[in-house]
Amino acid sequence: MRALLPILTVLGAILVIWYGAAVALNSRWTHDQAAREGREVAFAAVVSDTMMQDRPVLPAPHQVAAGLWQGVAGQSITSKRSLVYHGWITLSATMLGFALGTGAGIFLAVGIVHSRAMDLSVMPWAIASQTIPILAIAPMVIVVLASIGVTGILPKAVIAAYLSFFPVLVGMVKGLRAPDQMQIDLLRTYSTSNSGSFWKLRLPSSMPYLFTSLKVGIAASLVGAIVAELPAGATSGLGARLLSGSYYGQTVQIWSALFAAAVLAAGLVMVIGLIERITLRRMGMVR
Amino acid sequence: MVTPVIEARDVGLTFQTGDGPVHALKGVDLTINRGDFVSFIGPSGCGKTTFLRAIAALETPTEGHLSVNGMDPDAARRARAYGYVFQAAGLYPWRTIAGNVKLPLEIMGFSKAEQEERVRKVLSLVDLEGFGKKFPWQLSGGMQQRASIARALAFDADILLMDEPFGALDEIVRDRLNEELLKLWARTEKTIGFVTHSIPEAVYLSTRIVVMSPRPGRITDVIESPLPRERPLDIRDSAEFLEIAHRVREGLRAGHAYDE
Repeated sequence: MRALLPILTVLGAILVIWYGAAVALNSRWTHDQAAREGREVAFAAVVSDTMMQDRPVLPAPHQVAAGLWQGVAGQSITSKRSLVYHGWITLSATMLGFALGTGAGIFLAVGIVHSRAMDLSVMPWAIASQTIPILAIAPMVIVVLASIGVTGILPKAVIAAYLSFFPVLVGMVKGLRAPDQMQIDLLRTYSTSNSGSFWKLRLPSSMPYLFTSLKVGIAASLVGAIVAELPAGATSGLGARLLSGSYYGQTVQIWSALFAAAVLAAGLVMVIGLIERITLRRMGMVR
Repeated sequence: MVTPVIEARDVGLTFQTGDGPVHALKGVDLTINRGDFVSFIGPSGCGKTTFLRAIAALETPTEGHLSVNGMDPDAARRARAYGYVFQAAGLYPWRTIAGNVKLPLEIMGFSKAEQEERVRKVLSLVDLEGFGKKFPWQLSGGMQQRASIARALAFDADILLMDEPFGALDEIVRDRLNEELLKLWARTEKTIGFVTHSIPEAVYLSTRIVVMSPRPGRITDVIESPLPRERPLDIRDSAEFLEIAHRVREGLRAGHAYDE
């Protein structure tokens, strides 16, 4: 309960700043309208107008909240206006991409830890891959895959995987190398095979590192899935909502989609956190 | 009957480093017989740990001949000739105490029933009955080190190699563990190689004390202990004990004068 006060304080501060910024940014339109009609507006009228414009520069918090509520609860979830529907489309691509990316990351990490050749040859490419802006590479992936007949969820998942494999790779390489020399020597005194050391020592040691990476990875995966929906002119998914919102100046729609994405990301990270807690507690690694 | 278990003939070990070769061991001649409790004592860099690691085939001598149970150390390791106890307990935090003791048994492919049986037996040997289901962090440092000794005993190797196993523990705990180790040694009749830098510990535990000195790492004195095998803690106040301790100290000093 003691934590509640600081949380509410920060939340309150954000709302105050947000409302202030909404008044400041949206009042120009109000003044322009008034000037065109040749009338004066009082400050109170300006403030109330900035709170309820159709296409505000910055929607006020209650407008976004209403947009979110409308998008989530105001429609049947199969409707094209439902944020649940669009969220699901993005989520499914995120999850598939996350699974692919995590698999690839772990696979490459195991290879890198066990083979010096892979360490030298794969790691630089993995790092280089992350220096390329995802916005530049996403359209190419989609075009190339479409030309060989792959469309739908898979191209989006590939881009999501492209972003999420890297944190998993880096975390797992570090985790699999976490055992110290003494622990490795101990297994040598038992004449343990490489696979024995992997299953008994390296893999369990890497678990805390893996979960930290997974949290970064799943958020990156969501970003990848949303970005992948932009260039294709997709008609569904949170990325598509962002895109069509910006086409038609529907700022409330954009902000609602943004918040939906943020809530989704937070939820996914929390789910991973929960699995982490349960797993590490089962392993006896949480006191 | 005196049976040699570990035989070193003119063993040398040189590490190649960026600053040129480092002679960790040179001309080491030593025979350890079945049932011996041999301590290696000396300042850091004298090669005592390196020699123990060479016996365990964790390092390979570059000169001379070293045999364990009549085999080369690598073959002896594969034949599970020894259990090794490190300075830190090094228990896996994700395994219970029983799970940790079971680790070598799983790797060596013992049957489930046999694993349980052996875990029970060695945990009682180190006085840790009833702690099998605890996780390492729930135990004190001394208890963790006892669990690691149980782990080294679990597969019933004849030789126990211990590299400063109590070095990180406080003196009171150390005294108790020393006493328990002697009882364990009497009960199991193992051959023990024990690295330490504590003179009282070496004298109290050993039937033979090997004094070593650095640069190059070599043996300067081997002291046969006249103390009886049965040793209460207060034997450390006896004249005999102090005399051996004095001789060890002299040996260490002589080795040290070399490089000063």
